[in-house]
Amino acid sequence: MFDFSCKDPVALNLWHVIASCEELEEGNIICTRLLGDQVAFARDPSGEIAVWRYEHGTIPTLPEMADRLPVREKYNYIWTTFGTPTADIFGITEFDEADRRNIHAASIGVKVSAPRAIENFLDMGHFPYIHTNILGVEPHTEVKEYFVDVSEERDEIIATDCKFWQPMASAASSEGAEVDYIYRVPHPYCSVLYKSSPEDEKRLDAIAVFIQPIDEENVRAHMLLSLIDTINEDTAIRLFQQTIFGQDKPILENQYPKRLPLDPRAETPIRADKSAIAYRRWLTRKGLTYGVIPAAA
Amino acid sequence: MTTALQELWYPVASSTDLVKRHVYQAQLLGREFAVWRADDGYVNVWENRCLHRGVRLSIGINDGRELKCQYHGWRYANRTAGCTYIPAHPADAPARTICNNTYPTQEAFGLIWTGDAAQGDLPDMNGFENYTVLRPIPVNAPQQLVALALAEYTFADGCQSTTDDDRSITITAKEGQSIRFFVQPCDSNLTIIRGLLNRKALGSDRISILKHHNFLLDELRGQIEAKATNLETPAPMVAKIAKISQELSEIPSESGDPRVADLRVQLMKKEMTAEGVVSLQFRAVKGKLPTFQPGAHIDVHLQNGLIRQYSLTNGPGETDQYTIGVKREPDSRGGSVAIHDDLREGDVLAISAPRNNFPLRRDALHTIFIAGGIGVTPLISMGRTLNAQGLGFEFHYFVQSEDHAAFKTVMGEFDRALTVHKGLAPDETGTKLREILNEPGQARHVYICGPGPMLESALEIAREQGWADEAVHFEYFKNTTEIDDTSSFEIDLARSALSLTVPAGQTILQVLRENGINMGSSCEQGACGTCRCGVIEGEVNHQDVYLSPAEKTEGKSIMTCVSRAAGDRLILDI
Repeated sequence: MFDFSCKDPVALNLWHVIASCEELEEGNIICTRLLGDQVAFARDPSGEIAVWRYEHGTIPTLPEMADRLPVREKYNYIWTTFGTPTADIFGITEFDEADRRNIHAASIGVKVSAPRAIENFLDMGHFPYIHTNILGVEPHTEVKEYFVDVSEERDEIIATDCKFWQPMASAASSEGAEVDYIYRVPHPYCSVLYKSSPEDEKRLDAIAVFIQPIDEENVRAHMLLSLIDTINEDTAIRLFQQTIFGQDKPILENQYPKRLPLDPRAETPIRADKSAIAYRRWLTRKGLTYGVIPAAA
Repeated sequence: MTTALQELWYPVASSTDLVKRHVYQAQLLGREFAVWRADDGYVNVWENRCLHRGVRLSIGINDGRELKCQYHGWRYANRTAGCTYIPAHPADAPARTICNNTYPTQEAFGLIWTGDAAQGDLPDMNGFENYTVLRPIPVNAPQQLVALALAEYTFADGCQSTTDDDRSITITAKEGQSIRFFVQPCDSNLTIIRGLLNRKALGSDRISILKHHNFLLDELRGQIEAKATNLETPAPMVAKIAKISQELSEIPSESGDPRVADLRVQLMKKEMTAEGVVSLQFRAVKGKLPTFQPGAHIDVHLQNGLIRQYSLTNGPGETDQYTIGVKREPDSRGGSVAIHDDLREGDVLAISAPRNNFPLRRDALHTIFIAGGIGVTPLISMGRTLNAQGLGFEFHYFVQSEDHAAFKTVMGEFDRALTVHKGLAPDETGTKLREILNEPGQARHVYICGPGPMLESALEIAREQGWADEAVHFEYFKNTTEIDDTSSFEIDLARSALSLTVPAGQTILQVLRENGINMGSSCEQGACGTCRCGVIEGEVNHQDVYLSPAEKTEGKSIMTCVSRAAGDRLILDI
């Protein structure tokens, strides 16, 4: 077995998404990168998804079972790991509801670290500036007080009571309103946000981002939507999410340092950054070193 | 610890690169800079990184007075690089110390010069008093390789090269034309050649010179880069990003903790701006004045020992002076009279840094300003801020007569948004206020500042007309409440683990200070909000005019200079 480029046991022992199942091609081997190493995937003759590491500069061929990496197929994505995760992949209960539309919105490359991308996903203050006239608009820039809870038993961060005034909250909305959000971070490189479905106030739409760490400063962001929506076509929904993410990408790529600094004195937090601060502290407690600049000892 | 390289001046841009309302990205020794010219001509060279989450300021917006970060819209003032507004918390004044890193700057010879720790004068430029700036040439090679190649540059007969003290290279042709090349080390493998010709060329002459040297330098670049590819590519330079202060790294509580500072300023201009109102303009004796936000005031320490508070009237980005207005009070305790009669241009005074307890929201759909007499001063700064950003407002200025209207020139900027109400009797004022305040609504805000009775009347009318408490903002210049300090009570300090007695005749503020608690203050009469403290438990006897009715009912804050406990005890969050 080869040596992994990544030396961080926390990152090695996590499940990571490497592709959406839609990327699988009949009879072809697809290549990608994870934690700095080359990884290939394909359906083997028996129909099982195989994932394996291969040496950079060589051409990958389908290996024996013993030489393959652990695989999970969940939410229509291919997950793998370089280590032995202590927990299974986190749950998203909405996904299994009968009337849900589960859509893979996009897989987009961004030249930034995974934790920076997660922090951007958790942030509301940028809505009027980056997603102007869609998720926010001046002068409605206030981020009101919200709650953050770090659950030890579920090992997750939850931010609740998040509110923001939005001119066009989703592909299904036609006018502005104050929207309630719930944010959840169940994995250092994954996050799920929940907002009321425009079609059924009592139920929540879920938007998840699974960040594939290509290396410490490069990622592929895979976006899943799990919606109550009887009106819009898949394409319209995808284009909406891709527009949003396409607006975030140039900002993320203009942030430096690219790795997330965990030292509390690296950057200036405000009250609106409560979830980001909780996230940085959570990563420090986990001892994660991949994609971050650890706090001074 | 700075290296010798870091103490030098380097050109990092041509003056023409600073296009109006544009931000230019420069780099020197691995550090990126955001370089921009404000409308008042000042050239800013800042670290190219917003202090919030590290996004490049060079992709931000230059509105002529402030630089706005693209990510969350944080605004930084021209010259001081201090943060003046954080949109996510529109009701709060940002901590004055959120300040981006700035670097020494000079503009000369058609170039913008800077350096991490540059000091002293620019290089000696003898013979280049008349000059033409050549087109800068970036070269993917280390500085030393570029300098070596430039020493061999020829553009006419009999070219000789000399290297100057500052490492620039001057090439002189036999007939007297000279080019001086400055070598800007952006990064370990990226260098920019900036040349100056020693005469001022114009029109087609200039174009042909630029083309000539552009052609030759382009050839030279090809040669240099060919050499560079044969060498091992050096590792990129990494500029050190400084840590922020301990205080800034903690999420601030709702009410900030102001600091008292002593600045020395000189009175540059003193002139009457209206009947009984003098305008004073101060400049820093040394260095820069600290950042202010609209609505802020300063403590002025007068020569006769008195301390008085005055609001700044400055517009956004006007950071090279502070302008205040002082009304001559007939019953003055000696403050305004001393200013009017004794202060002279050229006098040096001590002032505090600006303190903002009357912050301006910039997220309203419409803002109404109601100014009475000298109360106009903080509102002028606010109006100018909204005006610069194109945000909607109306400005109502109540004065005794035309002659009593102050700062007319500056307020001329408000154009049709300004209405001056002259010589109205109290009941007429009431009617007018009712008219002005007849339309409360979502995201509509009112700011009021003026004499006590007028303020009270306006607040009452606003309440009657249905304005929400949070939409009405006011500042009293004076607290005319009769202060009753006959009560005696205990205070427990939650964070300092102290239990103290406040006897009759003493204020909480005095007792705190006597016991080593450094509580800031300004007016010390319950008007300005500086000595505010959190209340954890106990009923408060409010005697101030700063807190809103809702805040007083809520009972979570107290003005320690005048207010007291209603009962036996208060637990304070200090």
